[in-house]
Amino acid sequence: MSRIYTLTMPKWGLSMKEGKVNGWLRKLGDAVAVGDEIIEVESEKIAGGIESPVAGVLRRQLAKEEDVLPVGGLLGVIADADVPDAEIDAAVDAFNASFVPPSEEGEEAGPGTQTVDVGGRRIRFLKRGSGGEPMVLIHGFGGDLNNWLFNHEALAAGRAVYALDLPGHGESVKEVGDGSLDTLAGVVLGFLDSQGLQAAHLAGHSMGGAVSLAIAGKAPQRVHSLTLICSAGLGEEINAGYIEGFVSAADRRTLKPLLTQLFADESLVTRQLVDDILKYKRLEGVDAALAAISAALFHEGRQKTVLADLPERLGKPVLAIWGEEDRIIPVKHATRVAGEVRVEVLPGKGHMVQMEAANEVNRLIDHFLS
Amino acid sequence: MTSTLNREGLLEAYRTMRTIREFEERVHADFATGEIPGFVHLYAGEEASATGVCMHLDRKDYIASTHRGHGHCIAKGVDPVGMMAEIWGKATGTCKGKGGSMHIADLSVGMLGANGIVGGGGPLICGTALAGKLRGDRSVGVCFFGDGASNQGTIFEAMNLATVWNLPAIFVAENNGYAEATSSNYSVACDNIADRASAFGMPGVIVDGFDFFAVHEAAGEAIERARNGGGPTLLEVKVSRYYGHFEGDQQRYRASGEVQALRETRDCLLQFRRRVTASGEIADAQLDAIDAEVKALIDDSVVRAKADPKPAAAELMTDVYVSY
Amino acid sequence: MARKITYQQAINEALDQEMSRDPSVIVMGEDNAGGAGAPGEEDAWGGVLGVTKGLFHKHPGRVLDTPISESGFIGAAVGAACNGLRPVAELMFVDFMGVCLDQIFNQAAKFKYMFGGKAQTPVVIRTMYGAGFRAAAQHSQCLYNVFTHIPGLKVVVPSNPYDAKGLLIQAIRDNDPVIFMEHKVLYTMQGEVPEESYTIPFGEANVLREGDDVTIVAFGRMVNFASEAAAAAQKKGVHCEVIDPRTTSPLDEDTILESVEKTGRLVVVDESNPRCSMASDIAALVAQKAFGALKAPIELVTAPHVPVPFSDALEDLYVPGVARIEAAIMKAKEYK
Repeated sequence: MSRIYTLTMPKWGLSMKEGKVNGWLRKLGDAVAVGDEIIEVESEKIAGGIESPVAGVLRRQLAKEEDVLPVGGLLGVIADADVPDAEIDAAVDAFNASFVPPSEEGEEAGPGTQTVDVGGRRIRFLKRGSGGEPMVLIHGFGGDLNNWLFNHEALAAGRAVYALDLPGHGESVKEVGDGSLDTLAGVVLGFLDSQGLQAAHLAGHSMGGAVSLAIAGKAPQRVHSLTLICSAGLGEEINAGYIEGFVSAADRRTLKPLLTQLFADESLVTRQLVDDILKYKRLEGVDAALAAISAALFHEGRQKTVLADLPERLGKPVLAIWGEEDRIIPVKHATRVAGEVRVEVLPGKGHMVQMEAANEVNRLIDHFLS
Repeated sequence: MTSTLNREGLLEAYRTMRTIREFEERVHADFATGEIPGFVHLYAGEEASATGVCMHLDRKDYIASTHRGHGHCIAKGVDPVGMMAEIWGKATGTCKGKGGSMHIADLSVGMLGANGIVGGGGPLICGTALAGKLRGDRSVGVCFFGDGASNQGTIFEAMNLATVWNLPAIFVAENNGYAEATSSNYSVACDNIADRASAFGMPGVIVDGFDFFAVHEAAGEAIERARNGGGPTLLEVKVSRYYGHFEGDQQRYRASGEVQALRETRDCLLQFRRRVTASGEIADAQLDAIDAEVKALIDDSVVRAKADPKPAAAELMTDVYVSY
Repeated sequence: MARKITYQQAINEALDQEMSRDPSVIVMGEDNAGGAGAPGEEDAWGGVLGVTKGLFHKHPGRVLDTPISESGFIGAAVGAACNGLRPVAELMFVDFMGVCLDQIFNQAAKFKYMFGGKAQTPVVIRTMYGAGFRAAAQHSQCLYNVFTHIPGLKVVVPSNPYDAKGLLIQAIRDNDPVIFMEHKVLYTMQGEVPEESYTIPFGEANVLREGDDVTIVAFGRMVNFASEAAAAAQKKGVHCEVIDPRTTSPLDEDTILESVEKTGRLVVVDESNPRCSMASDIAALVAQKAFGALKAPIELVTAPHVPVPFSDALEDLYVPGVARIEAAIMKAKEYK
């Protein structure tokens, strides 16, 4: 590393233009190790901690609690203890002299989402990174590709990573046919075709895990590995109240208490997060899509399809990650997968573990894939 | 053909029409620079109508105008310098900058206001005419309105009331062919607006609005009848506007060349000049001199309007009946 | 990235999608196409500011240009709504309510109740309001408070493109008369709007920002000013909750009251004149139902009690601005 590391406001998701500092998690002068969470910041949509990518000493806390900084703005400085103050000040000055905040209405930095026709269905996706063995991220019931906000870029460091919106979700077509796992799996396979991907690592969250398993069942040769995060399809139990409530919720008041069940830290459910999901739910066709999927996958409060033995049968390596406090799908399902499985249960985290413990989850996946 | 106007009257008529034209052409040019705020609706092309009617009126006679009101104001004697300042939103404007183009009024000369509400003037003119009738001062009220307003209930109600009360009111329908972007061929159910007069028990007269003398003569008869207790008249002036409904209107609903042809063949100033010079009543040079004087006046009005101050902040809260 | 379109495009798209979905939806108004009976182009205007442009050709026979006869065609829309159509009538400027109010408030608004619940009047009256165009006293008023006063009308005041589309579709599908207020200055406002059809229920406020110190309730264009002022206050450490009721009738009282219970301070921002306004209405609501929570006098930021002046110098003073809102926030916060 260069001796002086500048810690900056991250960009979570395409629409993030600025972030607010919620507070420093380390004190000025603290020694920090790689992976230590240094500061918590908050975008309109979500709050999260920023890890130190380097070891050193937190030498400057330039942003104060409650400060709002543009993406890329300077939060603080980490450097070795022996770097002279003058050198750090010079680095800060140099940073500020050259820093240009993203323009208000300027073109979006980085790649934007695209859409592709998959067997007559419009599918939205976001591709990041290139090369390597490609990976596809599949969100859960009622989610969309933004569920991978904190993971996508990190995972794309060494490979092409695609996140898509399943039919009935996000900005993809709202028509879902019979809403079955088989149909959803077929669409993802069609998506692989559309991108010219022979095979991919699949990471699925919740229902997306069940979809990943179904894909492996339909076309084992196209799946390198399975990362199953708080995954459906591994047992019958599921929080039926959540599913039914989510399908029927029509306003902020009823939706918010449901969404808090997704997180161990309920404060992560911001106004914007609720709003975004409400906006999605109000799109024409979404009610019908969710009802169809829910009827096909979850019946009388149980998951209809259990594919826990599939990976062993197919010989596919599995990484199962769970938040210990998952209130949607019981954590005990983590150990139901048979075969070459690595199980990671993260304490103090809920169903949206890939958001709540993004850095840890990213590390686990990266390690699993390499 | 002879006119009832003497030489002075003819020169006055020409000066009024030329002042309106010069004023509107200048507002058109200046509006395009973006310096004039708000909406303006120009009267260019219709000068003979306001002038031909208002030549018969004096200060105690009231007129009600429309959103396209600059011509009526000038013809009724409102000071163009104050008008220009008003349009520029200045404290020196006719209405202290509070009204703007669409609300220029000067009650001291019997100008009850340009009006932002289509058809808003009809009932008001019934009222001013009623006041004149009750005072017995032989004054009249004239409501100018357009073909668009001719379809408003307020105009129907006003015409009916004027006959019921036998008011000294004259309803001047300036039919310029377009209510905004909609043709009067479409929006007016009968062939002529004047045809409706019989339904309200009053005479209906149609005149060529490009011909000052025709307007002047027909208006004269109607106004004289009203002054003498003969009741209201509906006078339909068939005319055209040279510019859009408002400045900025691209007028794609009009035929190409429509305005150009009118300007070249039927323009009221052109016709007027031809007639009075051909008859030998007035020489071209005299009209040219008026043109120059008018131009100087309007130039000056713009120079002053630009230099004049905006209204002071305190003006925001004045002239309202109840303050909180 | 979701698609961005303007408030004006959002309204056009809502009309287009509903006309495609439901053949009983028709559009009428002065120059909603333009050029009727004229020698030039058809659909020459598509509304005075182009909001309905293109619908005339996409939906033949269902975009009707009207004479300048507001009483006539607004009333006709009401009648058509009683007989199976879902008309969207455009009252070009809300100021023109003066020439057709009877058809709205004595006719449309009363039918359902007066006829013992047997009448249904699914009419939408779209109308342009608000100052900022130097359009002077008769083309710049707000007046949504007047409609709000009248039982039987629903009144919608969208503050952004997303809400404009969803609320207009809701309005068209609603079975009661709806007054849909479009702020002329917002027509060019850009925002993310889904291409799909969607609805936003009436009576559900949007909370644009959460905070514990001061509740701001704002309407229409003022919502955007309130957000700016709240962002400025945040820099001074004052956390505002910004509430956009979106509809003044029905009104989401709960969201407002819950917020004031939390903050104890209320600023209401309303572009209309202060007396008998939404500002005074919200203040009365909170004084009545959340009195115990109040820690400071309620601040009202409104236009003054005068007509809208023409001159830019005066109009700019007339319209409540960000600085005035911010001052009201600080006054409420600093009250001892």
